Amino acid sequence: MSDIPPALESLHYRFEGAQPVGPFEPVLVGVVGSGNLEVLLEAVAGNECTVHIETSARGFGPIWEAVVSDFHQRHSLAGIRISVNDMGATPAVVSLRLDQAAQEIRP
Amino acid sequence: MTAPVLRAISFVECSARERLSHIVDAGSFHEWLPPAERVTSPHLAQLGVPMAFDDGVAIGRATLAGRTIFVAAQEGEFMGGGVGEVHGAKLVGLLRRAIRGESGERPAAVVLLAESGGVRLHEANAGLIAVSEVMRALLDVRAAGIPVIVLIGGANGCFGGMGIVARCADHVVMSDIGRLAMSGPEVIEASHGVDEFDARDRALVWRTTGGKHRWLCGDCDALVDDDVAEFRAAAITGLESSKPVTLQLLETEHALLVNRLHLLDGEVGGDEAISLWARLGVVDAAGVGDLNVDAVRALRTV
Repeated sequence: MSDIPPALESLHYRFEGAQPVGPFEPVLVGVVGSGNLEVLLEAVAGNECTVHIETSARGFGPIWEAVVSDFHQRHSLAGIRISVNDMGATPAVVSLRLDQAAQEIRP
Repeated sequence: MTAPVLRAISFVECSARERLSHIVDAGSFHEWLPPAERVTSPHLAQLGVPMAFDDGVAIGRATLAGRTIFVAAQEGEFMGGGVGEVHGAKLVGLLRRAIRGESGERPAAVVLLAESGGVRLHEANAGLIAVSEVMRALLDVRAAGIPVIVLIGGANGCFGGMGIVARCADHVVMSDIGRLAMSGPEVIEASHGVDEFDARDRALVWRTTGGKHRWLCGDCDALVDDDVAEFRAAAITGLESSKPVTLQLLETEHALLVNRLHLLDGEVGGDEAISLWARLGVVDAAGVGDLNVDAVRALRTV
């Protein structure tokens, strides 16, 4: 028996962005399915880019940090809240979904 | 083979939200309780299961061929489209809003893009209650003369409580790869054994639950190809399909079912689904599996 309680892992990241995204209607991409995730983008005041992740795959914090930091390096979005519900997506899938979401607000 | 001029957009390959955007008039969907509202399941996190911001169903108002409809789309990829407490409450709210009375707007129809394995087992009791409330609300909408149209063509089919919900509706549209039933194949195999039903036999599964079977038996009102444009056209046709639930309608339905039940009395040699079609008078019943949708459409006898 595993002694890990059945719980989701919550991860939070915070960056300073350089590219203001301005006001936009909330955007949802992806689906919470096996090996998949959904990404919700919302506009917020200020220059911060916050990322909030809820994942069923516990213990992958360092990998999430790498993937999210890589995303921020490429886009440097400012004034945005990114919320993720994850069901065990691989890092590549996460990157693609984040890029897809970013594309929706900056075509 | 001839190449089609315009490549069809596959209904089964689309997500619930993509389907919505293709079925209703372009850009007309206005969502209620959108993902940013975060009306999510109160149960899943306790079990270590991720939530979805929309709890697996998008509901709202749209226009279809210029007429206002209320519409819902279930996401089969999230928990198999399972109906949980919030998911069910969103469907019930949508249906009740349709008959809210003078203060509300009266839609020309309620359209459900159903894809569901039934009750979400993680929320068993809440889900069961939710499904029963959906049925009651749906029948109230029908009683008010507003047609309820169900579109079935997702990979997870329409099973369990949502299968019953679908058959409570005025108008059911299915693609040939859509499936509609109460107990799903795995459930039947688990409870009655593999000799009764081999859930891995895909041909058997589609012969007994698939769109062609439902069409030939009279359980759906339109059979379409796996193409969002065909689903849209069938939904528009469905706008005029209001069938008030009368005693006569129920008696006709019962007679249809009694007749079907007795068609397989006695010895059935070979496949039961094919035998049923043959006894319904379907020409070349054995060839149905290989026929395209157009050809099957012409074979219905009921």
